[in-house]
Amino acid sequence: MVAYLIKRLALMVPLLFGITLITFTVIHLAPGNPVEVQTEMSLKVSAQAKENLKKLYGLDRPLHVQYIDWLGRFVAFDFGTSFVDGRPVVDKILERIPITLTINVLSLLIIVAVAIPIGVLSATKQYSLFDKLSTVFVFIGFSTPTFWLALLLMILFGVNMGILPISGIQSIDVSDMSPFERVIDWARHLILPVGISAFGGIAGLSRYSRSSMLEVIRQDYIKTARAKGLDESTVVFRHALRNALMPIVTILGLSVPGLIGGGVIFETIFAIPGMGQLFYASTMARDYPTIMGILVIGGILTLIGNLIADVSYAVVDPRVRTKKET
Amino acid sequence: MRLLRVIVRRFAKNKLSVTGAVIVGALILTAVFAPVIAPYDPTAIDVYNALSPPSKAHLFGTDELGRDLLSRIIWGTRVSLKVGFVAVGIAILIGVVVGSIAGFYGGRVDAILMRIVDMMLAFPTFFLILAVIAILEPSIFTIMAVIGVTGWMDVARLVRAEFLSLKERDFVDAARALGIRNRRLIFRHILPNAVSPVFVAATFGVAGAILIESGLSFLGLGVQPPDPSWGNILTAGKDNIEIAWWLSLFPGLAILVTVLSYNLVGEGLRDALDPRLWGTEEE
Repeated sequence: MVAYLIKRLALMVPLLFGITLITFTVIHLAPGNPVEVQTEMSLKVSAQAKENLKKLYGLDRPLHVQYIDWLGRFVAFDFGTSFVDGRPVVDKILERIPITLTINVLSLLIIVAVAIPIGVLSATKQYSLFDKLSTVFVFIGFSTPTFWLALLLMILFGVNMGILPISGIQSIDVSDMSPFERVIDWARHLILPVGISAFGGIAGLSRYSRSSMLEVIRQDYIKTARAKGLDESTVVFRHALRNALMPIVTILGLSVPGLIGGGVIFETIFAIPGMGQLFYASTMARDYPTIMGILVIGGILTLIGNLIADVSYAVVDPRVRTKKET
Repeated sequence: MRLLRVIVRRFAKNKLSVTGAVIVGALILTAVFAPVIAPYDPTAIDVYNALSPPSKAHLFGTDELGRDLLSRIIWGTRVSLKVGFVAVGIAILIGVVVGSIAGFYGGRVDAILMRIVDMMLAFPTFFLILAVIAILEPSIFTIMAVIGVTGWMDVARLVRAEFLSLKERDFVDAARALGIRNRRLIFRHILPNAVSPVFVAATFGVAGAILIESGLSFLGLGVQPPDPSWGNILTAGKDNIEIAWWLSLFPGLAILVTVLSYNLVGEGLRDALDPRLWGTEEE
């Protein structure tokens, strides 16, 4: 198991390297640079001043030198300072991560708690009314733009019924509240973002659970279990579900980048100060260090998600961890 | 073309997929004939009737500049179809080439190409798209290119998997024995046998591309006003969320119905094109 883990971690290193390389190249080969963005508003800035600014940011050196320099600092977890406000990028990102992570973890929990039972139930009762209804739900869930759903729910709960706040993560008068009221206030702000972020995932995962379960139920060992006279719930939960869960775990790991990326839109809509919103603001300002920092951290989070998926796969399935070649 | 008839018959059995196909057909016609169908000029400003709710004159109401919402949604069909088809076309092109080469040659070439695929998959794609679009000028062309360039990995994996099994088959040996060159072998002999999963992926891909486009346009990084796109109409919907529900409801419905139709067609195609399912019902 330890050997497996080490091997998996070692595999991440070249991936990470590639991620930084792609990010760096894409962003630096693009036309337009932050000096232009910063100075386009004031006509008085001379060409000399622009050159000085470029030198200050190190933009006058060849690309590969800039990259190696950046990579060296990256290893030390230093992403440089933001072009916008001069604060260290790491600080800017770290203060945004908790809220984004909270929303993602909460919605992942909801996704798992709702989607797997739906999938199992529609598989065990294939072609039943429940199965058909859940199939319809899945297709609608797949096809709904989440930001539109967010708008509709904001209109319904925020504007028409006025029972839920539609922006931010806390009320203005939060400082006057008792700790208990604060938690309630926070939860009320999170209901819509978390629910909406979970919505699309539920559709996807319940579909995967269903097909994974259908695949397993056809296997001979399930027939054997039934033939032994085991009752149906033991067959479904002990024998079938455990095997069906494995591909589901992989899908969950792969869904991490989608969740993080999707955050850009609904964090912007709900004015949630998370990584997505920071990213949006940074791209608008061409704040290279912050953009790169978030892209790389997003990539790392994705790799960690995949790693957790693979490791739990190995925990569930002994065949994976004892296999010689990956 | 007996095969084609079998496929069509199998597809026709799935009523939902047929419905989806009919809607997709109608959408294509709408896009082509948008200037004829739209009751108003989609960019004609009429400030006296700004933000008026749905009525006989304006079935879907008007936006903040008094432009007819129905007309704008009809013209928006063009954007979504263009983006869907071109972006997926680019994605398929890259995916097929990478997947074929990786699957056909195997070994080190395969390993390198698949690591690149892994890297691309490790990005939160939407972040990457956003970064590139914000840095280049946002326009419909940038969107098409970027969605295509960031969306080819699944196709590459599919095609590679097909090639891995196809290249062991006798007809490939036969073609080799005839002295056919690799490039011809890949594109003329093996690839045609691998098209059906690509076809299915393309259909789902169009649905996905339309969703991404609407999201980007919503953020102001896609189709630029005054050109109408479903996503940028929704931006106006958000700005006027307290007073004009119709600006939020109708464009979103258009996206939902369109994306749903492509997904249903994709599902039907997948079942119809899967030879393993053939003959499972009465022939």
